[in-house]
Amino acid sequence: MSEHIVPRKVYFVVFGALMVLTALTVFAANIDFGVLNDVIAMTIAVTKAVLVILFFMHVRYGSRLIMLVVVAGFFWLAILMVLTLSDYNSRKWVEQRVRQSTIPSEAGR
Amino acid sequence: MATHEIAATHHGPAAAHAAHVPAEHSAHAALAHHFDNLEQQREAGSLGMWIFLAQEVMFFGGLFLAYVIYRTRFPEAFAAASNHLNWKLGAFNTAVLICSSLTMALAVWAAQVGRTRRTQVFFMALTGLLGATFLGVKAVEYYDKYRDHLIPVRGWFHWEQPLSANVSEQNIQMFYWIYFAMTGLHALHMIIGIAILLPIMYRAWKGAYSPEYHAPVELFGLYWHFVDIVWIFLFPLLYLLGAHYAGGHAAAGH
Amino acid sequence: MSTAVGAPATPIDAPRGVRFPHVNYLNANYGIKSWLLTLDHKRIALLYLASVTFFFFLGGVYAIAIRLELMTPAGDLVESQTYNKLFTHHGVLMVFFFLIPSIPAILGNFLIPLMIGAKDLAFPRLNLLSWYIYMAGGIITLWALLSGGVDTGWTFYTPFSTTFSNGYVVAAGLGIFVNGFSSILTGLNFIVTIHTMRAPGMTWFRLPLFIWAHYATSIIFILGTPVIAITILLVALERLARIGIFDPALGGDPVLFQHLFWFYSHPAVYIMLLPSMGIVSEVIATFSRKNIFGYTFVAFSSIAIAVFGFLVWGHHMFTSSQSIYAGMVFSFISYAVAIPSAVKVFNWTATLYKGSISYDTPMLYALAFIGLFLIGGMTGLFLAALGLDVHVHDTYFVVAHFHYIMVGGALMGYLGGMHYWWPKITGRMYPEGWARFAALVIFVGFNLTFFPQFLLGYMGMPRRYHAYPVDAPVWQVLHVMSTSGASIMGVGMLIPMVYFIWSMRYGKFATANPWPATGLEWRTASPPPTENFGTTPVVTWEAYEFRPMEETEVIGPGDTPAQPIDGMQPTDGKNP
Repeated sequence: MSEHIVPRKVYFVVFGALMVLTALTVFAANIDFGVLNDVIAMTIAVTKAVLVILFFMHVRYGSRLIMLVVVAGFFWLAILMVLTLSDYNSRKWVEQRVRQSTIPSEAGR
Repeated sequence: MATHEIAATHHGPAAAHAAHVPAEHSAHAALAHHFDNLEQQREAGSLGMWIFLAQEVMFFGGLFLAYVIYRTRFPEAFAAASNHLNWKLGAFNTAVLICSSLTMALAVWAAQVGRTRRTQVFFMALTGLLGATFLGVKAVEYYDKYRDHLIPVRGWFHWEQPLSANVSEQNIQMFYWIYFAMTGLHALHMIIGIAILLPIMYRAWKGAYSPEYHAPVELFGLYWHFVDIVWIFLFPLLYLLGAHYAGGHAAAGH
Repeated sequence: MSTAVGAPATPIDAPRGVRFPHVNYLNANYGIKSWLLTLDHKRIALLYLASVTFFFFLGGVYAIAIRLELMTPAGDLVESQTYNKLFTHHGVLMVFFFLIPSIPAILGNFLIPLMIGAKDLAFPRLNLLSWYIYMAGGIITLWALLSGGVDTGWTFYTPFSTTFSNGYVVAAGLGIFVNGFSSILTGLNFIVTIHTMRAPGMTWFRLPLFIWAHYATSIIFILGTPVIAITILLVALERLARIGIFDPALGGDPVLFQHLFWFYSHPAVYIMLLPSMGIVSEVIATFSRKNIFGYTFVAFSSIAIAVFGFLVWGHHMFTSSQSIYAGMVFSFISYAVAIPSAVKVFNWTATLYKGSISYDTPMLYALAFIGLFLIGGMTGLFLAALGLDVHVHDTYFVVAHFHYIMVGGALMGYLGGMHYWWPKITGRMYPEGWARFAALVIFVGFNLTFFPQFLLGYMGMPRRYHAYPVDAPVWQVLHVMSTSGASIMGVGMLIPMVYFIWSMRYGKFATANPWPATGLEWRTASPPPTENFGTTPVVTWEAYEFRPMEETEVIGPGDTPAQPIDGMQPTDGKNP
């Protein structure tokens, strides 16, 4: 697997995109999109990260193994977050059931 | 990555010479004895660095998790606290780091295509300067926090703004410890990065890097880009989360 | 590759004054610097052997103290505060400084390059650095333990550890934090080595199962250890700055600590177990003279255990106020993670069936592993059941469960592996009679120690208590049985120490392939030369390709000079 040399033009285009996206995220933060606020902010951040990974870090031109390592790292972070949050977010359901319970000794949380 | 560096140290100018000599019977000066060829060594180094970065994702990940949990618990407190951060400095720093990623990518490119030592060092020096600028701005921000009694140590922390109904001082303090923990860990990684960049620049000046062998530059570049990516997430999460809330930064006087 | 001039064809008694018949990694150079600054993976493995053994025996001393206290119902040997320190130190030393590093850092470091036909690991300098980091972590932790100790339990739960404990929590945490980087670098080294440095012809499915096991273990090292690192940092921050991350009074959540802690610490138990399973695969194959049944399934089961092991950590938290819905998910996946382990046990058993079985010491340990791991694993499933866990959580049932896995499983595998590869590592045979005797003593002592603890736990004896009621006399009977067992086991563990050391001077010289076994590590001399192989092997055979004994003479030990081995180039006669 010989090394692929990325043309400088690609770097400059990606750089431009990153700057634009940064401006975009600042601008969008000042508008209230309701529940979409975080979604928009994270979509922009993930897009920027993907651009850096694919082009600055050469993953676009690299082996599948490297791609697997990148995906694995973020996937594992997702495991940590999703399963932990599944506890925190489902505690409300437990609370609700306790409150609906007719057993007088059980007070709310 | 240090392996190749140290190996090359012993063979400074010889490495530059060997790079232009077709390697028929003499192994490249930078080839370690346990590898069969430079290609294998390069692959190993690259995979090693990527695995290290995957590990770093998990390291920072714990802090991101804490952020998500407490922000969900205390949304107004976090928004109010975030509005007190200087978003302009944060945005400036984001731009600085993105520039530094560009210059680092160009430094790797310069070594890959065999540009002169001067060109290589130029790009690396720019990267280092931009990194130092980032750290300087962070120092200013941290000093501001110190001045405003926002260092989150029990007994020192004091929130001077008025508190609205759902917000308690403790919850605002929670935001600030997360802010300091995450940006502090990030800054530590930047300091280590610049410290590693200096000997690499020195080696580049000595002509150690060529199209055949430039692993330390490439691998350091991966690390540097990773540190940039962490900041790409930190900036919106810490600085912009409350911008649309209750008058935003302007209401907080920023 | 050994020659007629080199290693002997059959094990011979060591003549006086003769150390080794040929140049190898042990006698290539002498002097303390050649050991402390070595880049040879085999010497680094021995550095680890010395330090890991030290921490193991120190952890054992604390275990003796615990068992002595528990012989009588009253807390009469030590105070409760001191007792808290005893079990904390036992746990910290055993988990972080013995169980997690032992097999990967000793046998993994030694064997992985040999098994794949490489000259060394991918990053020899990082390998040496890993050992120094391990030592630094060990020294810091030891300092914390001896300065005044830690009383939080090895799990250092908040808010006790962050707010109320008066022990050296931050210092011990620092030691463990530092030690974690040793793990991470070792895992990194292994994965890169296995991917990039296999000899020609050594395809993925020709790799020994020991390699698959260590690959899976390395995945856990890399993706799990950083999380405990950040958790320790947060505990230190909380203790030093009182910021409230885990303090409910300040809006924090102590259960967050448990999530972060167990996210690593559950996969950590698979770090402790998987390498041992790799050893069992090697030993069962060799001493049944059969290919492992279902090689592909066993290989993939290692990966499955590593991956699924990350999805079950909440089963340590069923009673912590974790949401019951999350508890159900974790419970279900915990049952799923038992399946790949069961696949291994079934496949080992199928390997034994109609195999040509011999009962050398490594095989005794491997067989012990299968039985004891079965008990430990099944009781783990009891604990994974939500309702039953409420009854036995934090009792001696849990203690018995994990000791069956860690001692009955991991340690048995470790001892089996040490015996199996001892000839390769030292060039000497250990005395088989004493070794079998010690194995028996350890097995009997182990079961006598821990089986009563299942009963105690089920009857309600809590863990981490130094006293128990007088009016339940059967409890004391069981505790006395347990302590007796521990003494027997302790003596049993000392016996190998004695004969291993004895063998290094007086043991018979070993051939390149004494058992004989397949695998590249057995096709070079015992002990191997520094560069492992005279010439790079080219692999044309499958894993565990056993031949009838007559054919084995030709392709096996390789002591006969200039005999071409299947697919291997004959040596030039110069290098062993």
